[in-house]
Amino acid sequence: NPYTGLVSRLRAAWLSGKTRPMEYRVAQLEALGRFLDEKKQDILEATASDMRKPSFEAYFSEILLCKNELNDTLNNLSCWMKDEHVEKSLVTQLDSVFIRKDPYGVVLIIAPWNYPIHLFLVPLIGAIAAGNCVIVKPSEITKNTERLVAEVLPCYLDNDCFAVVTAGVEETTKLLENKFDYIFFTGIPSVGRIVMTAAAKHLTPVTLELGGKNPCYVSDSCEVQNVARRVAWGRFFNAGQTCVAPDYILCSVEMQEKLLPALREAITEFYGPNPQESPDFARIVGDKQFQRVQALLSSGRMAIGGQTDEQERYIAPTVLADVQPSDPAMQEEIFGPILPIVVMASMDEAIDFINARPRPLALYVFSSDSKVVKEVLERTSSGDFCGNDTVMHVTLTSLPFGGIGNSGLGRYHGKFTFDTFTHLRSCLHRNMGLEAINALRYPPYSQQKLGLLTATFEIKRKGMCTLL
Amino acid sequence: NPYTGLVSRLRAAWLSGKTRPMEYRVAQLEALGRFLDEKKQDILDVLASDMRKPPFEAEFCEILLCKNELNDTLNKLGTWMKDEHVEKNLATQLDSAFIHKDPYGVVLILTPWYCPIHIVLMPLIGAIAAGNCVIVKPSEITKNTERLVAEVLPCYLDNDCFAVVTAGVEETTKLLENKFDYIFFTGIPSVGRIVMTAAAKHLTPVTLELGGKNPCYVSDSCEVQNVARRVAWGRFFNAGQTCVAPDYILCSVEMQEKLLPALHEAITEFYGPNPQESPDFARIVGDKQFQRVQALLSSGRMAIGGQTDEQERYIAPTVLVDVQPSDPVMQEKIFGPILPIITVASVDEAINLINTHERPLVVYVFSSDKKVMNQVLEWTSSGDFCGNDTLMHVTLTSLPFGGIGNSGLGKYHGKFTFDTFTHLRSCLHRNMALETINTLRYPPYSPQKLGLVRLASEVKRQGTCTLL
Repeated sequence: NPYTGLVSRLRAAWLSGKTRPMEYRVAQLEALGRFLDEKKQDILEATASDMRKPSFEAYFSEILLCKNELNDTLNNLSCWMKDEHVEKSLVTQLDSVFIRKDPYGVVLIIAPWNYPIHLFLVPLIGAIAAGNCVIVKPSEITKNTERLVAEVLPCYLDNDCFAVVTAGVEETTKLLENKFDYIFFTGIPSVGRIVMTAAAKHLTPVTLELGGKNPCYVSDSCEVQNVARRVAWGRFFNAGQTCVAPDYILCSVEMQEKLLPALREAITEFYGPNPQESPDFARIVGDKQFQRVQALLSSGRMAIGGQTDEQERYIAPTVLADVQPSDPAMQEEIFGPILPIVVMASMDEAIDFINARPRPLALYVFSSDSKVVKEVLERTSSGDFCGNDTVMHVTLTSLPFGGIGNSGLGRYHGKFTFDTFTHLRSCLHRNMGLEAINALRYPPYSQQKLGLLTATFEIKRKGMCTLL
Repeated sequence: NPYTGLVSRLRAAWLSGKTRPMEYRVAQLEALGRFLDEKKQDILDVLASDMRKPPFEAEFCEILLCKNELNDTLNKLGTWMKDEHVEKNLATQLDSAFIHKDPYGVVLILTPWYCPIHIVLMPLIGAIAAGNCVIVKPSEITKNTERLVAEVLPCYLDNDCFAVVTAGVEETTKLLENKFDYIFFTGIPSVGRIVMTAAAKHLTPVTLELGGKNPCYVSDSCEVQNVARRVAWGRFFNAGQTCVAPDYILCSVEMQEKLLPALHEAITEFYGPNPQESPDFARIVGDKQFQRVQALLSSGRMAIGGQTDEQERYIAPTVLVDVQPSDPVMQEKIFGPILPIITVASVDEAINLINTHERPLVVYVFSSDKKVMNQVLEWTSSGDFCGNDTLMHVTLTSLPFGGIGNSGLGKYHGKFTFDTFTHLRSCLHRNMALETINTLRYPPYSPQKLGLVRLASEVKRQGTCTLL
């Protein structure tokens, strides 16, 4: 196996304890910060070459959000690393009872192509902060970014403990045959299954950030123009290639009629009358993906956009109306700049529609009526939820991000990334003396001992009546 | 598939929202409490039939600890269920940002035979508290307990949402073909792999409480008689059939010479001169397991005990000395009343030996010297850690219990059980209006907008210098 040597080398480095001191971790994290600062222009250029990512979008998603994670981690690391002292029982009053934050060991991070820096860097920050050694496998689809990461990142990090591996599908399969102590995968559900199955052979814990079709319910009571802008922004950012983009709209016939002109206005406001000429609209990452997304256009009625240019891999910001659940656009995650609208008679029908499908990564509801937002929240299940906006929930380092069911397992961002890569090791330090306390538990057993033992160990149900 | 109907039925019950209200969950949990109270004698009887578990041990481990978990959960459930409001950034100051506690859906709990009630109830409590529907599969090895759980537990719980399935290996394989929303497995690593592989097909998150050889390092500075009692208690409780029992001792030659008479004294103190006559010493659960444990006796030199009685499945509390790492008793988890002692020249040698084995569920260290304690804690990796005692860390509901690597993944007990079965659903609820705040992020992009977006959303590195 071509990677066994590398994994062994990193495991030896981890066993040496090199990554444990806080100063070491801070130094590596600060080096990542320098990578983002010094190589900012290279990152913008690589992502522009790979998928014509507008530099504003690349800066926001690949630099700014990563720096936020980095700073949040550096600001809080010593706090997160500390032993957590916990509540003691009667019997352990004189003991030391705490949770030690241990690294897992050698971590593997597999990243996808849509946010090729962000989606390896944010987990990497947490993995380093938690004291692990890490192998990063960037996506082979975004070739320029892959090369940048493979050639430049190792110049910033300690190569004893961190490595970048470039690999296609076959080599990644070989990589996964090795034993890792944690695997963090972002990608599609079918590959998520393969990764988890490989992990199962070694009992390796995993986080799988997958995807799905994120529904966007628009109720009849809303400010239509605001809704249109917020939904269009989320849908067409990065030409729709965002795991948390609103995938399809559910609304009444009346709302569809109001939304269409509003969406048209928002799209024109954003990209001008001919979005192909706008510098602010990305392209589809590759020919294979272009073909796939283009095929989805034959769904419902094309209300806005629909133009394509194969040479540029351009697909116009498109809205499809009167889409049927059986249409192509409703059979898979769109991951492109197409927004289907599926008409629903009522909120109940929308909720049933959502619940009949695999649980999505994000669920969006637009309503001026708080009760509507709450009801959809209560009666559905999804990774995360956002009312009256799209995508924004992922920008808060305080909110754990991740899916459920088909959209994934595990959560990260902020402290949750540190927690993902940290093993909570419970510790009880008892006194060497004070043996008399223990005598109650030893044989020979007796009813009397049992009674006393119960009295010292038991947790009572707290009364609800405060008069006692 | 014989179980598909049952799983569908429970999934429909979950989708109906029946398990969501707190009152419902409290009612089910209180019913579990009544099961433990009203059926206490039946529980003690079946455990005695199945493995001659002394009633004291059964009451402590299977009743008291479960009641503690139940009361801890009932006392705190209101708090645990609440939405957790989180820190907001500048851009989201006027919004509502919180973590909503969602159930996963239909949970499967697979339990082993050694603490057959405890390991059914402990995860079940948390699964119910978190709002899930649950299928429990008790162990088919402890037949009387299995029958009790299958016949009596359903009388206490709502059969729309909770079910007990009795199944051997083949039927369990069929059960695992169904899609569950969470699987909680306690058992041996090889079966853990099978469970995780089955779970991977459906992207089902898992907790695996597995096992390993729990090392017990005894340093030269300790109070030998106390050590002997505490180790003997942990090793011979339930005739050694405890996942967190100390599996083998590591100590110097001098300490071995001191420990032997001390262990002899402790064993006699506990079980009398002939432990086979003591009512306080359990038996091996079945013939197959008896053969397996008996075969381990031919390791090293028998210093204490060693007597067996196949008819009763009795194996005496036994201590083996001069054991080599290559001996049978060091090749697998013992799970019986045999305590091998391996001599090491130093604490470093002990640490190296521990690190050459798979990471255990728990590492034990006995030392009056805190430095030695901390050294072993720092330089080893294990699920949990206990200094100067055995087993006790699992009695605290505030400490998360679980393994790492081969000994498992996931933690539970107390709030950690509730957390295990809870999906953290991030929620951002924004204002329908206040659109001007958002315009900064919309195209057409400009450096000016980018600067302002940065200001509104960046997380700064906090200065380490307090003079500023």
